[in-house]
Amino acid sequence: MANLDDLYRDIILDHYRSPRNRGELPPPARRVEGFNPLCGDELVLYVDVRDGVLVDIKMTGHGCSISQASSSLMSAAVKGRPLDEVHATIESFKTMMGLREASLSEGRPDDDDASDLRSMKEINALAGVVKFPVRIKCATLAWNTLEQALAEPS
Amino acid sequence: MTSYDPRRVRIDTPVLERVINGHPIAYLDSASSSLPPRTVIEAVSRYYELHHANVHRGVFQTANEATEIYEGARAAAARYINAPGGADEIVFTKNTTEAFNLLANSWGVANLRAGDVVLISEMEHHANIVPWFHLRDRVGIEVRFIPVGDDFRLDLSNLESLMRGVKLVSLTGMSNVLGTINPIGDLARVAHEHGALMAVDGAQWVAHGVTDVVAADIDFLAFSGHKMLGPTGIGVFWTRTALLEAMPPFLGGGGMIADVRLDGYVPADGPARFEAGTPPIAEAAGLAAALRYLENLGPAAIVAHERALTADALARLHGEFAGRVRIIGPLDTVDRGGVISLDVEGVHPHDVAQVLDQYGVCVRPGHHCAKPLMRRFGLAATARASFGPYSLTRDTDALIDALGHALTLFS
Ligand SMILES: Cc1ncc(COP(=O)(O)O)c(C=O)c1O
Repeated sequence: MANLDDLYRDIILDHYRSPRNRGELPPPARRVEGFNPLCGDELVLYVDVRDGVLVDIKMTGHGCSISQASSSLMSAAVKGRPLDEVHATIESFKTMMGLREASLSEGRPDDDDASDLRSMKEINALAGVVKFPVRIKCATLAWNTLEQALAEPS
Repeated sequence: MTSYDPRRVRIDTPVLERVINGHPIAYLDSASSSLPPRTVIEAVSRYYELHHANVHRGVFQTANEATEIYEGARAAAARYINAPGGADEIVFTKNTTEAFNLLANSWGVANLRAGDVVLISEMEHHANIVPWFHLRDRVGIEVRFIPVGDDFRLDLSNLESLMRGVKLVSLTGMSNVLGTINPIGDLARVAHEHGALMAVDGAQWVAHGVTDVVAADIDFLAFSGHKMLGPTGIGVFWTRTALLEAMPPFLGGGGMIADVRLDGYVPADGPARFEAGTPPIAEAAGLAAALRYLENLGPAAIVAHERALTADALARLHGEFAGRVRIIGPLDTVDRGGVISLDVEGVHPHDVAQVLDQYGVCVRPGHHCAKPLMRRFGLAATARASFGPYSLTRDTDALIDALGHALTLFS
């Protein structure tokens, strides 16, 4: 039986109650919207990419605890990171959600920086979502939206 | 005299024996779909076990039996809503949604011209919005909305001016989000005074009311079997014989024709004209059983029971959670059915439903296919609890208990 505690970990509730990186960024930051038509979640993501580094990220919108916490956790994990690491983080998140086959070559993101390691660990708090299949879409909204933002020509 | 006892209905309903996450199921999603009693399930399986064959033009015995069962369901549906012209006025569709698509594509395309107005409301289900938008795009009709007031009821203060140019008033009898029951009889009179026709979305209204299309003086009615203890996959479109006879076909194919030649076809008469292809025969058998079952319970007695449950639930939700749980719908039970939409402070409806599921409580989060209504009240979604003929106060107990847990978890 899937337990509610697997879903609503303390870190998730914390990020839901006090989401990080809320707000907007002025142009030339990219602005991309994401929707989850199933539950009406809406997300507007602002990302500032310079010289191959995701310098800043902010977001507005509303949604359930899982989608809000996931976007907040994501923002903390990718902010200030080089794009290749951002993409690797997106990949490992999607693998965790069961949306990608785990691959050996992927490796873990660099753990030379204690705070980066912490944000990766925090993302793992979302691992319990896979036990609640209908909620996977809630968790992935922010990540799909970020992928879309990065795919846009600057 | 009827012998309605909701505890008996509960015993008749197999799904209510389920234990969910260690708790007896508290099924509070009847507005989405209701739970069939054994008699409905048995009617469907008996049909498949003994009678199954395609309907119409059959000569062998079981084909005749299947036809009798299917046409018998038509008669049962006609009786249930008091269709003045009887079974010949009942068209079986897939559901309410298809019935509205039939209305728009057949009657609508034949009778509406650019600039004609279809008057609906802000509290409509998408089933009674989107088909009219299709017609707006194809024919150039205007789709006009009766606003919903802060009291969660239709704001009829400007009805006279809203009626200008209206050819059809198409309204839900009962909101699947607010529980509001609309004054259909009065609005039908206004529609007719302005030379317009009146269509009613009966998905909730028929399922949770006593339906008499003659007394309400309406012209079109749509409803779904699965919302009134019947199977999924069958719905009803009703209109008066004179209107039905003048409606052109919508879906084309077998079953809806009188003749087909190389240069064209002649459509069949009567409801068959709108039933292209093999119809939902087993579902019709189940629907007939559901209607019989409801008739035996007594629709008026069910309405009274659901109203009492609703009054009790509204009072207790208000008492327990005042300030933390907002009810999106009227707080009194005058012209109000057993649908209770909740806005829980600090807890997204999706999370409310998730926590409640842990306690076996089934409520539905989301926009309930009524996005214009959600926007009207500045909401993306609500968590909705709704009653059926088998609901008991113990379901409300479970709801309140589980809501308390949700509020604690997210506090
Ligand atoms: C008021 C109302 N109208 C229309 C519908 C659509 O019914 P169906 O999905 O059976 O077509 C529903 C069901 O959600 C409803 O509650």
